[in-house]
Amino acid sequence: MRWDAPGTVELAREQGLSEEEYGRILDSIGRTPNLTELGIFAALWSEHCSYKSSRVHLRKLPTSGRRVVQGPGENAGVVDLGGGWVTVFKMESHNHPSFIEPYQGAATGVGGILRDIFTMGARPIMLLDSLRFGSLDAPRMPHLVDGVVRGIGDYGNCVGVPTVGGEVDFHPSYNGNVLVNVMCVGVARADGLFFGRASGPGNSVVYLGSKTGRDGIHGATMASDVFDESASEKRPTVQVGDPFTEKLLIECCLELMGKGLVVGIQDMGAAGLTSSAFEMAARAGCGLTLDLSLVPARERGMTPYELMLSESQERMLLVAAPPDVPGVLEVCHRWGLDAVEVGSVTAEPEVVATFEGREAFRLPVAPLVDDAPRYERPWVRPAPAAAVTLPPLHNRDWGADLRALLASPAFADTRPVWQQYDQSVGASTVVGPGADAALLLLPGTSIGVAATTDCNALACGLDPFNGAAQAVAEAVRNLACVGAEPVGVTDCLNFGSPENPKVMGQFVAALEGMAEACRAFEVPVVSGNVSFYNETSGSAILPTPTVGMVGVVPEVRHRPRGTWREGEALYLLGAAEGELGGSRFLQLVLGLEAGPVPAVDYAAESRAAAVVRGLVRQGLAAAKDLSDGGLAVAAAEMSGGTVGAELALPEGVAPARALFGEWRGGFLVAVEPENEQALVRACEGSPVNRLGAVGGSRLKIALGGNVLLDEPVEELEGLRENGLKWLSES
Amino acid sequence: MQVEVRVKLKQQVLDPQGEAIRRVLAGLGYSEVEQVRVGKLMLLEVAGGDREAVRARVEEACREVLANTVIEEFEVRLQ
Repeated sequence: MRWDAPGTVELAREQGLSEEEYGRILDSIGRTPNLTELGIFAALWSEHCSYKSSRVHLRKLPTSGRRVVQGPGENAGVVDLGGGWVTVFKMESHNHPSFIEPYQGAATGVGGILRDIFTMGARPIMLLDSLRFGSLDAPRMPHLVDGVVRGIGDYGNCVGVPTVGGEVDFHPSYNGNVLVNVMCVGVARADGLFFGRASGPGNSVVYLGSKTGRDGIHGATMASDVFDESASEKRPTVQVGDPFTEKLLIECCLELMGKGLVVGIQDMGAAGLTSSAFEMAARAGCGLTLDLSLVPARERGMTPYELMLSESQERMLLVAAPPDVPGVLEVCHRWGLDAVEVGSVTAEPEVVATFEGREAFRLPVAPLVDDAPRYERPWVRPAPAAAVTLPPLHNRDWGADLRALLASPAFADTRPVWQQYDQSVGASTVVGPGADAALLLLPGTSIGVAATTDCNALACGLDPFNGAAQAVAEAVRNLACVGAEPVGVTDCLNFGSPENPKVMGQFVAALEGMAEACRAFEVPVVSGNVSFYNETSGSAILPTPTVGMVGVVPEVRHRPRGTWREGEALYLLGAAEGELGGSRFLQLVLGLEAGPVPAVDYAAESRAAAVVRGLVRQGLAAAKDLSDGGLAVAAAEMSGGTVGAELALPEGVAPARALFGEWRGGFLVAVEPENEQALVRACEGSPVNRLGAVGGSRLKIALGGNVLLDEPVEELEGLRENGLKWLSES
Repeated sequence: MQVEVRVKLKQQVLDPQGEAIRRVLAGLGYSEVEQVRVGKLMLLEVAGGDREAVRARVEEACREVLANTVIEEFEVRLQ
């Protein structure tokens, strides 16, 4: 098929466009498109690029606030940190490529999110990964886990950005669709930001980075597709990344920006040259001319269709004033990167490309970007999970229950994962992986930048609204554990097919829950990504709206710690009992994925987080939030497997709810005896209970004189260590 | 019998290693080398005399483990 063959309705269907969408194309350009034009429409109108099913609902998220410099709509969000600094961050999914080829899929996911950050003028300082896998006994699953982890590690390590946090979870609903959500946080001077805008008619358009090959053609349409048994046939669309070239690209772009040679810049991510050209033109209200014969090609005989739709990695599109072009090319060549002037900015809002001396396509910008289809997909509001009748929960062997929880992969020590990552390159890491949140120093200052990713997908499956709101609350708590105040959110919304009203209902409810929580905590959403069609043969993943939250510590004076020390007193901040609905205890011990997920008590959560934040900043306390697994698991984790503790639960509580209940917005806090009074004073007006003291080698929890559990902490830690050990042995 | 298995990246896939070698060659004056693709050569000693059965078995091993068929292609040669 020639690149300039007529784009028929059959070809449109093959590329994922509906008949109705094909009609819209004919109306908007008033003629039959050629194959290349059709491919451009298919890519930009794909779910992945156009957000056609989600856009009408994404408006519900709060996106403004006093710290917000740039909200959604750019390559990444920007939030003010104070002192003339801003942080630039975003999270993105690379689910579909990672399922097909885990190593390269995850690696190029890291590469893509890095480019979204440095294209804004920011230096990437940390990466976090939120990973979801299926059961470890499902086909290919150990291979997928191993490949994804190595892919992330190798790319991040080579490029010199530390991987400092994230989460790993397992559930059979991910057997056919693993989730790889990668978040990058960068920093920039407030006056050093750049945007993806092709402004100033007459300016030059420069292509820079790797050459364009025939890899990953139509990746965006793949990401908008449901897998079936023939997933292997979709294989050639996976790309191979080159982190060493990415490193050159980072340094080259930051140098070009520092020298004032850049008017606008954007990376070529999904849909490659197509999305960068059309989106940059759309944001500036301008147009572009491109001479595709000049695009550096890796292979001979590449057609306009391939050049426009290739998703070869490590490429950028840059707009510069014509007198600056020689300077731009000189810097790029010094970094060993291909750089060619391929066109110019025009006032007319259309993109016109030539190839071998003749016109390859001419398309108006608006229908492809701002006026792309938007759908009000039918949806049904999910009914929240009903209360479940539990078996009698007394006289259990609570120690065995705790051991069962800790031995499950969900609570496994993630060391075999993050030991494959360079966690400290850049020498700014204060708190690295394995903690509640990561904390890094802004290079050359004592300002702390913290980040966490959170989502309890099990809860979101039972109650998408409350589950998503709880994910936001957990992120706030995790940041508090390292003394950080939340400043902004990026989200990665992973769902099944939006054409299924039930899935769409989950999406709408989760989004509304997230919106409510972000409003209540006053943390705006500044960037994000939607990943639909995470389903295989009709079976969708658990709704997984991952929250990435960034926080700030104005001055880091003490290194926060997540473990307690001999002789410290232990306090429980927050309610003495939690709820068992949707808890890990129900899921992993009783085998029940059931029960209501409570709403977030925003006022209580905010108060408790503020108390913990203050104590941690002053170096007075070690804190762990009570989330997955409740108080018992938090205590086992705080022991670090070395020092035990004796805890007495407040009189009158139900053992299961006190030990393993979740959703209570509480913290377990350890303080030196001389700081106990300061703690109690700080908690004034909020529930606080002294539980006991740290010492010995056993974790002992009693209620009213009865010992509920009494376990050696070293053995508890050993259980956690075993869960993912095979990863470091393979 | 000896079986030769050649594995290389598919033509449309980027080969960062090959590209690095090309750059070094160019830097040392071999600028006429326009492209380098790096692959693997594996020599297998396989028991059995039925050539077609051996070929089928080795090809199966290639698909299963010796090549990542998502991004690589393989060739089996019997001596």
